[in-house]
Amino acid sequence: MKTDKPTAVFLMLALFSFSFAVAMLLILLASIINDGFSRLTWQFLTQFPSRNPEMAGILSSWVGSFYLMILTGIIAVPLGVGAAIYFEKYAKKSRFNYLMEINIGTLAGVPSIIYGLLGLALFVRIMSLGRSLLAGALTLALLILPIIIIASREAIRNVPSFIQDGALALGATRLQVIRSIIMPLSFPGILTGVILALARAIVETAPLIAIGALTYIAFLPEGILSPFTTLPIQIFNWISRPQVLFHRNAAAAIMVLISITFFLSIVAVLLRDYFNQKNNT
Amino acid sequence: MHKHKLHAKEKIIELFFGFCGMLSLLVTLGIITIIFKETFLFFREVSFFEFMFTTRWTPLFSTKHFGVLPLITGTLLVAGIAMTIAMPAGIIIAIFMNEYAPAKVRRILKPALEILAGIPTIVYGYFALLSVTPFLQKIIPSLSGFNAISPGIVMGIMILPMVVSLSDDAFAAVPKEMKLGAYALGSSRFQVAFTILLPAAVSGIIAAFILAMSRAIGETMLVAIAAGMKPSFTLNPLVPIQTITSYIVQISLGDTPAGTLAYQSIFAVASVLFVITFICNAIAQKLRYSLKYQ
Repeated sequence: MKTDKPTAVFLMLALFSFSFAVAMLLILLASIINDGFSRLTWQFLTQFPSRNPEMAGILSSWVGSFYLMILTGIIAVPLGVGAAIYFEKYAKKSRFNYLMEINIGTLAGVPSIIYGLLGLALFVRIMSLGRSLLAGALTLALLILPIIIIASREAIRNVPSFIQDGALALGATRLQVIRSIIMPLSFPGILTGVILALARAIVETAPLIAIGALTYIAFLPEGILSPFTTLPIQIFNWISRPQVLFHRNAAAAIMVLISITFFLSIVAVLLRDYFNQKNNT
Repeated sequence: MHKHKLHAKEKIIELFFGFCGMLSLLVTLGIITIIFKETFLFFREVSFFEFMFTTRWTPLFSTKHFGVLPLITGTLLVAGIAMTIAMPAGIIIAIFMNEYAPAKVRRILKPALEILAGIPTIVYGYFALLSVTPFLQKIIPSLSGFNAISPGIVMGIMILPMVVSLSDDAFAAVPKEMKLGAYALGSSRFQVAFTILLPAAVSGIIAAFILAMSRAIGETMLVAIAAGMKPSFTLNPLVPIQTITSYIVQISLGDTPAGTLAYQSIFAVASVLFVITFICNAIAQKLRYSLKYQ
């Protein structure tokens, strides 16, 4: 088949756009591995930050990220799933609920730094939680709430209605249907959404800087009211310094951060596929 | 008796669901209340006219000026560069995926875009400052170490997956009959793509544009790292600038006590950011919602 001229131009453009994106991705990954690989040692993972770039490590920041992610999940998951159940199973179709739907979508698009300012004023100052893990987790929980709600609603909507109707016909209450039918069947979808939302939370930097999370912490958090630092904040701190040796540390820490997010995404996809297969057989 | 207690327990749990449902509304109200309260305090010290219509932003100098325009031009400059790259490339890739790409190519394309979408913004900041800027400096020797063009280009790559996926949704929503009809009348793929698909999907594409723009305006770490911290009223992409978001980062990194003018000023600029992105998102949501239930 002969391709006409506009088609040829279009295909060239498409090929160019796509190879530009892929080339950038490869250069990005290559430059980070090139800069950071030599710094990625066991010692780097088990040392506290230091003024001496070659002694510095990411112990306090990855532990901080880990605690923050767990705490964020504990706060955001029940609230997000609860909201999803409300919208799917209780809310009547009305103008108010239509506005609520638009509102959730809109919240998902509010810049993360705005959530940081909300956290700064509400949790750090008004509730006097200070620059603590809890204040950080509450802030991030609000940030990922719309993501969890949207994913959970999707999962709940996919539960076949004939099973629910059957249970209701046998005299089950609405809550019993939710607990013993909707929850187990929508669990894989919700879990996938939650993992992806937490992967988003773990890389967030701007809101934590806005609430004033510290950049230099040479101890591990002792409780939910301890000050903390996280991997992205440590990376930002190292990038901001002029010395090349700190940039190498940043690159090595980026390798750790990217590995964690890729790991979480792969787990989410595998879980989804696994449950899908199980449900189909 | 037992049944009665069960009923009460059910009511409590159902109230909890209702509370969760209302929570997102409370979050919106919380954001609005807090941001506009501090902004209100800010405007007791600084005139609205000075804020909106003057061109010097020097809140940390001894003679303070609070003209927000340099931050707005800085923000729009970076976002504009990003959109110039992401919109055409994103739409072209989406059309290609919808009408041309064989399944095999799609299988490579989709994961590559998902990986791009999954890279943390702080990593893009590192890339812009330490790889792209030094590379561009070889081509443009006058380029500063901090500038708008490098984070602009990198931001274009960053929002590309979003543009592709939203445009892809818009194209997928075009009724199949329209395309099949055109093919039956002897149209080529190219004709179908550009005379049927693109016009029919235009509201979805507009939604994609608005959402991507709003994302670009609100992006923080990339510009805080690579664009500089120097507010300047310019559209020159080669010199350091400051955006609304990177100003908030700059003040947050210092120890600014609550109640000071500098503290209130971050809420004042944040209210500008919030109003722009909130309106953008509400319009895009409505467009997408009507698309879904057409």
